[in-house]
Amino acid sequence: MSLLSNTGALLGKELRTEFRSRELLTTTIVFILIVIVLFSFTFDPTSDESRRFAPGLLWLAFLFASSLMLQPCFLREQHNDTLSALRLSVSDPFAIFLAKLAANTLFLLLTELLLLPLFAVMYNVPVVPVLHWLVLVFFLASFGISIAGTSLSAISAQARMRELLLPLLMLPLLTPILVASTEVTKSLFDRAPFVQWKGIGFLAVFDVVFLTALWLFGEYLLEE
Amino acid sequence: MTPPAFSLVGLRFENIDKRYGGLLALRAVSLTIQPGECVVLAGRNGSGKTTLLRIAARLARPSRGTMSFSGQFSGEEAAAIRPGFVAHATMVYDELTAEENLLLFSRLQNVPQPGNRVEALLHEVGLSDRRSSLVRTFSRGMRQRVAIARALLHEPSVLLLDEPATGLDPQGVSWLAEAIRRLRDSGRTILMSLHGESEISSLGTRAIRLDAGSVAADTRTGATFRSILTFADA
Repeated sequence: MSLLSNTGALLGKELRTEFRSRELLTTTIVFILIVIVLFSFTFDPTSDESRRFAPGLLWLAFLFASSLMLQPCFLREQHNDTLSALRLSVSDPFAIFLAKLAANTLFLLLTELLLLPLFAVMYNVPVVPVLHWLVLVFFLASFGISIAGTSLSAISAQARMRELLLPLLMLPLLTPILVASTEVTKSLFDRAPFVQWKGIGFLAVFDVVFLTALWLFGEYLLEE
Repeated sequence: MTPPAFSLVGLRFENIDKRYGGLLALRAVSLTIQPGECVVLAGRNGSGKTTLLRIAARLARPSRGTMSFSGQFSGEEAAAIRPGFVAHATMVYDELTAEENLLLFSRLQNVPQPGNRVEALLHEVGLSDRRSSLVRTFSRGMRQRVAIARALLHEPSVLLLDEPATGLDPQGVSWLAEAIRRLRDSGRTILMSLHGESEISSLGTRAIRLDAGSVAADTRTGATFRSILTFADA
């Protein structure tokens, strides 16, 4: 019970600070926007090319943007040593991770859904008929990215060269998510769309495995 | 497990070493602090005061030895004891207001009637009229007042203060001394690091000087007490 109430209080703090400054959301949205627009102008893909390449481009953009978004996740807690205050206050340190990964998932999902219409127009891919499936893929992939990214952010925040370390650790680890979500999205953008259950199952398993690992070992990531 | 309601709590450090890479910050520190003692930790910069306080707060794990709380409570209750800690850093969020910070931490610590408690503390630290201002707009002294209020939110049995007067004006120091006196008289165990003699150090019932990570002096008597604070015996 205290895990849930602690998580709720911390999630409220994460949302309040972000919606007050909008630093993370603005940076991430602008980054993805630039990638999508530049790629479209540079290659001017046909409809068939878009169906083949756009899902990969979309998920690469999301992945790189998420490394930007997740960087300050624990770095911000170092500024006034607020992480120590949190560790002294919560009864279960997992609440700190749960709140952060819930907030990061929400921010990523929001960014993805805001940019989806622009992506559909620029790459001429029909998203409306498969929107509910896309939302499912976005959620599963964003959750996986947030779990791994939040954990690695806790590690990299305590290291030297912390700004470089997170992408170096995170991008290779998230390659399976990139591949699976690209494949599922590609199947949804097909001329005869279909749901690739294998990919969706993989994303769900990835999320469960990494969340369990975080629950078991997360406490050690917060220690000095 | 919920922590015990206010009870007399002591601290026991047994043969503590703390190593940061190649640096040995604490060497074989063994100390027993009785419940209700008000201990002043003195020592030069880098002598290990902050490290000892962070180990007492269970924010840092000793490389060797153990730190435990002693008193009339079970092992499970001891594990749930949360000392109030005022550190060098303010440990509050600049992007939140003073009131939002205190409400957040009171909710995390399951403080009963958090609104009333926060209201009372804001009044006590003299920030009632700035409750809705973001902490980043505060001076260093005002931030320190928020930090002290945060540490007192859950009425801790053990209070750990790392140079608590940092940034406070003379009025603030007097207020802090009065607050520490009240806490000491109510039976709280207090361990605080200070530099030199002050209104606050005079509240101590025991003085310990650390030197290069080891206990160099430890006394409860008047003349030696003063010499520890002023390094006259060093």
